[in-house]
Amino acid sequence: MLMFAKGNEGGNFTPVQKGGAFTSKSPSKSRSKSPPNPAQCAQDKNRETRALSSLSATRRGLPKEKMSENGVVSRAKVLTIDTMNPTVKKVEYAVRGPIVQRAVELERELSEGMKKPFAEVIKANIGDAHAMGQQPITFFRQVLALCSYPELLNDTTFPEDAKSRARRILQSCGGNSMGSYTASQGIDSVRQDVARYIERRDGGVPCDPDDIYLTTGASDGIVTMLKLLMCGEGADCTGVMISIPQYPLYSAALAELGAVQINYYLNEENCWSMDISELHRALDEAREYCNPRALCVINPGNPTGQVQSRQCIEDVIRFAAKERLLLMADEVYQDNVYADGCQFHSFKKVLFEMGPEYSDTVELVSFHSTSKCYMGECGFRGGYMEIINMDEEVKAQLSKLVSVRLCPPVPGQALMDLVVNPPQPGEPSYAKFIKERTATLSALAEKATLTEQVLNTVKGISCNPVQGAMYSFPSITIPEKAIKEAMDIGQQPDMFYCMRLLEETGICLVPGSGFGQKDGTYHFRMTILPPKDKLQILLNKVKEFHEKFTDDFIASNQNAPGLKGQEFLRRQSHTGLQQLKSPDSSLAHQWNEVMRSHSISCSSAGPALSG
Amino acid sequence: MSVLQEMSPNVKHMRQLEYAVLAKKAILIREELKQGVRKPYKDVIDVCWGDPHRAGIKPLSFVRQVLAACLYPQLVNSDKLPVDVRQRAQRLLQECCGGSVGSYTATRGIPEIVQRISEFITRRDGGAPSPSENIYISPGSQWALTNMLKILVNSEASTRTGVLTPVPCHSTTTLSLEGLGAVIVPYYLSERQGWELQVEELQRALESAKGVCNPVALYVINPGNPSGHIQSRKSMQEVIRFVSEKRLFLLADEVYQECVYGENSEFVSYKRVLAEMGPPLSDTVELASFHSASKGYMGECGLRGGYVELVNLDPAVMIYIYKIFSKDSCAPVLGQMALDLMVNPPQPGDPSYPLYDLEKQHIRTALVHNVKKALAVLNSLPGFCCQPVEAGIFVFPRIHLPPKAIQKAKEVGLKPDTFYCSRLLEEAGVMVTPGCEYGQKEGTFHIRFCIMTPEDIMEELLKRLSSFHTQFMEDFS
Repeated sequence: MLMFAKGNEGGNFTPVQKGGAFTSKSPSKSRSKSPPNPAQCAQDKNRETRALSSLSATRRGLPKEKMSENGVVSRAKVLTIDTMNPTVKKVEYAVRGPIVQRAVELERELSEGMKKPFAEVIKANIGDAHAMGQQPITFFRQVLALCSYPELLNDTTFPEDAKSRARRILQSCGGNSMGSYTASQGIDSVRQDVARYIERRDGGVPCDPDDIYLTTGASDGIVTMLKLLMCGEGADCTGVMISIPQYPLYSAALAELGAVQINYYLNEENCWSMDISELHRALDEAREYCNPRALCVINPGNPTGQVQSRQCIEDVIRFAAKERLLLMADEVYQDNVYADGCQFHSFKKVLFEMGPEYSDTVELVSFHSTSKCYMGECGFRGGYMEIINMDEEVKAQLSKLVSVRLCPPVPGQALMDLVVNPPQPGEPSYAKFIKERTATLSALAEKATLTEQVLNTVKGISCNPVQGAMYSFPSITIPEKAIKEAMDIGQQPDMFYCMRLLEETGICLVPGSGFGQKDGTYHFRMTILPPKDKLQILLNKVKEFHEKFTDDFIASNQNAPGLKGQEFLRRQSHTGLQQLKSPDSSLAHQWNEVMRSHSISCSSAGPALSG
Repeated sequence: MSVLQEMSPNVKHMRQLEYAVLAKKAILIREELKQGVRKPYKDVIDVCWGDPHRAGIKPLSFVRQVLAACLYPQLVNSDKLPVDVRQRAQRLLQECCGGSVGSYTATRGIPEIVQRISEFITRRDGGAPSPSENIYISPGSQWALTNMLKILVNSEASTRTGVLTPVPCHSTTTLSLEGLGAVIVPYYLSERQGWELQVEELQRALESAKGVCNPVALYVINPGNPSGHIQSRKSMQEVIRFVSEKRLFLLADEVYQECVYGENSEFVSYKRVLAEMGPPLSDTVELASFHSASKGYMGECGLRGGYVELVNLDPAVMIYIYKIFSKDSCAPVLGQMALDLMVNPPQPGDPSYPLYDLEKQHIRTALVHNVKKALAVLNSLPGFCCQPVEAGIFVFPRIHLPPKAIQKAKEVGLKPDTFYCSRLLEEAGVMVTPGCEYGQKEGTFHIRFCIMTPEDIMEELLKRLSSFHTQFMEDFS
C-alpha cells in the first residue's frame, strides 16, 4: 500500500533537484547508493547535475523498487527503458548526438573561463547557414516583418513590392494574421505559388496545387510519408531503401516506426554515385525478410555532396517502376550545385520526360525546404512535399495524418511562398535579391572547392568533390592502434577521432558512423558553411590534427597514455556513452563496460611500457 | 496498381473529422458569397477552432513588434518601435546562433528561453523548482504530446497500450492516439456537475480496460476543452493519488491556464499540486505538463510554439526523449520567442506596458462578456442547456434535438448534431462543431464554439444562432 503525505498548502517544501525529478531527501536514500562513481573525482561538479548525460542516468542505479525509511514500499517508475515503446530504443540522431552535446558543454566551459587549447568551438556539424554567419535575404525578412507587424505597411522605408507581397500573404491568413491556424495542408495561395514554381522549374510539367502539402521542415513530410507506408509484420513488414551514407533522419524515423531499413551503398570510388546493380542487390536480399515498398534518394546528396546525373535518375525511376517502389526524392539542396558540368534535375521532370509509361504510374514524393539553398532559414521550419500519381484514397489518409499537426508554422509557410515566388525583374527589390542570392551561392561554391582541395592535401584523408549540398564527407585513415583504443572504450573509431578533434581543437564534426559507411571505412561529415577565412583556419586545424593524431597512434606504441590520456578518457565517458553498443543495450551494462575499459586502459599502462 | 494500396492500418483507423464535412460546405458557401449569391448573411463566422485571431481578436502589439524586429533587425536600430521592444528583440537575437531567427536552435529550444520558461513555472507554482533540462519546446504543445505518446504507446506489444481520455475531449489528441495505435479508454466527465472529473468514474474506466488493453497513462485537460470546467485542488489531489495507486503516467494538458474567469476559480498546475503533496508522491508520480503560445491572450496559434515540462521521469528514459525531439531538429524559432514573450510580458514601468495591458484587458473583457452573454442566450433557448463555463475559450452546450430532426439526419446520412451544425452553417453562416467530434454520452448532443472573439462578433453570432435555432425547432417539432 502507498502512504500519502498530507498536502502542504504553503508550498514550502524544499526538494533537492537532480536530473529530472523532485528528489526529496528522505525516501530515496537508496538512490544515491549507485555503482562506483568516477565523476566523484571530477573537478567539474556542475557536470554531475546535467540530466541528459547518460552518466547521470546510471549513476543513481535506478532501483526497481525502493524501501523508504519507514519500510513502506514506494513505487517504481511507470515509464522505464523496459516499459517504453521498444522501437524508440533504436532511434539515433547523430547530427544532434553526443558530440554536439559535448560541444555545447565545451562552449559553456569556455564562457566560464576554463582553459582550453582553443578559443572557440566551431560547429561544422550541422547545415545551419545563419549560425555560421550567412546573411538572410533582405526581401524575405522585410516581408515577414511586415506580416508580423502590419502597422509597418505605413512605413515609407519598406519597398513597395515587399508591402504588396505582405498584403497578399496576410489576406490569405484567417483574420489577416499569421497567428491563425491554416488548413493542415497549408495556405491555398502558397500551395498555388509552389505549384507554379515547380512548373517553371520543370520546364512546364504541370503541377496541381492539391498535390502540394506544406510541412514543418522537409523532415516532417518525410516522416509523414514513411508513417503512411507502415504496415505488415514479420516478412510482410514495410521495408524502405535508404542510401548509405544517409541522413540520419531516415534511419531514426524508420527505427521509431518499426520499419525495416534496407541499406544500399553509394559508390565512393565513383564520386558517391548510385549503382543500379547495388540497388538490385539490396532489394533482392531484403525481399527475404521484409516487404520493400519505398526507395529514398537524397539529391544533391547529404552527407555525400554528389549531384546525380540525368541518366542515373532515369535508371532509378526505371528501377522503382519495375520493382513497384514508391520513390521519395529528398531535393532540399536543389539550388546548391557547384561543380562544373553538374546540374540539378528534379525527379519529377525526368519522370515526365520519360513518357506516360512512367509518368502515369510511378508514385513519387519530392521534398523541399526553406532551410537550405541560398536561404538557409532553418529556424522557420518551412517546407513542402509534392505527391505525384497518388490515389485519392491515399490523399484522404494523408489528410487525416497531417491534421494531427494542426498546421505547419505560418511564418514558415509565408517564407516558402517567398522562396518560390521571389522578386521579379522590374520590381524594386529584384536587383538586391539577385545580388544577395548570387553572393551566397558563389561563396558556397568557392568553399566547396576549397574544402575538397585542402582535405585532399592531407595524407590519410581522401575527399570526393563537393558537387552540391553543403557537406564534404571525406574518408579518413585511422591507425590500427587508435581503432583498438576506441573499440576498447566501446566507441566507433571515427567517433573517437571526432571527439578527440573536438577536445583538442574545438572543431565539431559528425563521425561517419552516424550516417552509415562501408565496414572498415571511416569518415566524418563537415559542413562548408563557415565564412571562408574561418573555413581556411578550420581546414588547416583539421589537417594538423589529423597528422598529429596519426603520428601519436603510430609512434606511441612505446608510451603509456599518460595523464592527458586519462583525462581524455574520463571526458569520453561523459559524452560518448550513447554511442556504445552492447548486447543487451542496457545502460547499466554500458556503464560497466566503460568502467571496465577505463580501468583497463589505466592499469594496462604498466604492462604496455614493458612491451 | 498503387504501391500505397496498403497503408498504415493505424492511419486508416483514424476517424474522419466531422469538421471535414463542414469545411467543404464552408468553402462552397464562401465561393457563392463571393459570386454574389444571395444569402441571409454576408459572411461566415467561423468559430470552430480555438483560433482567436481567425475569430477577429487582434494580436498583441508588443509581441508582434518584437517579432518584427527579430525578423528584420534593422528595426532594432530604428526609432519606429518602442525602446523596450528593441531591447527585447536585441536580447533575443543575441540568444540565436549567428544572431538570426533563421538558425536552428538546441533540441530543447534556445537555452535562455528554456531557462526563462523554467523561472516562469517556478514563479507560477509557488517556488516548486523546474529544472530547465526537463523542459522541451516543440512546434505547438500537441506535437510534444504526440512525442510523449510515441514513447508511452508500445507499438510492438501484443496487448495494445491504453490511455484514459476524457469525454468530451478535443479531437487532436484522440486523433493522435488513434494514429499511434493506442486504445482510447474513455472516462466521462460529469455534465450535471459542471463537467467535473470524478475519481469513481476513473475507477470504472480503468476496470473497463481490463482484458482490452494495457492502460499506461491518464490524460487530463485542465481547464477543460471543450468542457470549460476547471478542476479544484482537491480534485487534482484525487487524480494524483489515483495515478500513483494505479501506476499511470499523468499527461496534463494545461494550455488554457491563462483563461480563467469563473468566480472563485483559480488555475493551479498539476505540477504545483503534486509538489505540495510532498513525498512519496512528489518524487514518484510521473507527469508531463503541456502549455502553449496558441491559447491565452496571445492566441498565436500559427507560430506553433508550445512546451512540455517533464516531472519525475526516469533519467534513462530522458535520453530517449531527447533523441525523439532531436529528430524534429527544433521548434520554429518565432514560436519559441512567442513563448518567451508569453512568460515574460512587459512589466509596469516599461514603455510598452500601458498598451500591452490595455490590449490584454480588452481581450479579457470581451471574453468575460462573451461567456456571460453566450450562457444567457443559450440557456434561454428551448432545448439548449449549457453548464457554467469557468475557464478556457469554448462553450459546449447540450442540445435536445427533436426526434424528427434526428430522423432527418439519419436520412441524409449525418450524425444528428453534425446535421444541426450543417444547417446552422448553411442557413445562418455560423460555423461551429458538433459534440460527436469530441465524444458525448450516448443519446446526448452538443455543439462547441470558441468564445474568444470581439464582442460584436459574438453578439452577431448569438443573434444568428438564436433565430436559426428557433426556426429549426419549429421545423422539426
